[in-house]
Amino acid sequence: MSSEPGPKSDPEDTAIELKNPALAAFLAWLVPGLGHFYQGRWAKGLLFSVSILGTFFLGLFLGSNAEVGPGRVVYVSRDPFRPHYLCQVWAGVAALPALYQYRQFSAGKSPGDSPLGRFMWPPKSEPDFRGNEADHLNLSLHRFFELGTVYTMIAGLLNILAIFDAGAGPAPILEDPKKTPSAEKTAAVTSAAAAVAATSPDASPSSPAAVGAGLGPPGGDAKTREKL
Amino acid sequence: MDGLPLFAATMWLSDLIYAAPLVVVVSLVYAATRQEKMEHILSHATRLGMMITFFLAVISALLSWMDWLVSG
Repeated sequence: MSSEPGPKSDPEDTAIELKNPALAAFLAWLVPGLGHFYQGRWAKGLLFSVSILGTFFLGLFLGSNAEVGPGRVVYVSRDPFRPHYLCQVWAGVAALPALYQYRQFSAGKSPGDSPLGRFMWPPKSEPDFRGNEADHLNLSLHRFFELGTVYTMIAGLLNILAIFDAGAGPAPILEDPKKTPSAEKTAAVTSAAAAVAATSPDASPSSPAAVGAGLGPPGGDAKTREKL
Repeated sequence: MDGLPLFAATMWLSDLIYAAPLVVVVSLVYAATRQEKMEHILSHATRLGMMITFFLAVISALLSWMDWLVSG
């Protein structure tokens, strides 16, 4: 089984007009797929948009219920530090309300003071277990807290791939030079030419045999080909 | 209490449903970053999805076997 499934990259595939790659990459971060729309790569843009935003919002949905409020799996917290947001933030503008909510939270406001309510509101951390809202989120959402967190994190991480695709085009699939048919053919041709050179006293890269073996000068010699 | 292991197994299997959307999405997005044409993307994603599913199935079977060893 090869390490890279699927067809090899077509050289035509990589001939893509990336327009302004930096702007495309920024747009791809801002809204998944937007960078590809800007480049006119509509099908891929739609694929990235639906796949990544769908996963992110499905994760938000899993991390919601009537008791704790909507979207409680995406939030910023410094104490205790929540590293998950470092993955979620790559989903772009969809994850940015968490930063706004954290600013509100840090200013001592309550969810009622925020126009977004409890959406992405960071849980209040208390030394006492009974007052720790993060634990309450886990208890209330049960396994959906982790599932929603994983979904939103994976959406953000996948968008990193999409950002690179918008900025630099599809990554080429590297082939093993020892296994490619073209390499085998080149090796056979080289050995044939070497054999010819050993037997023919006037063997040179432009000799008929060498040209016939594919090692002649570029463009070939019409007369020589006729002789062969 | 006899039905408890069956109930737990059913719950465990039902949770695997949540892996399906991730397998599809990861396969599609990864393939789309390696190919440009849609037919190549779909072909690549299908093979990758099958590989991921096979890998998950092997890991799940291994973990189930280890669980059976520990609890049995």
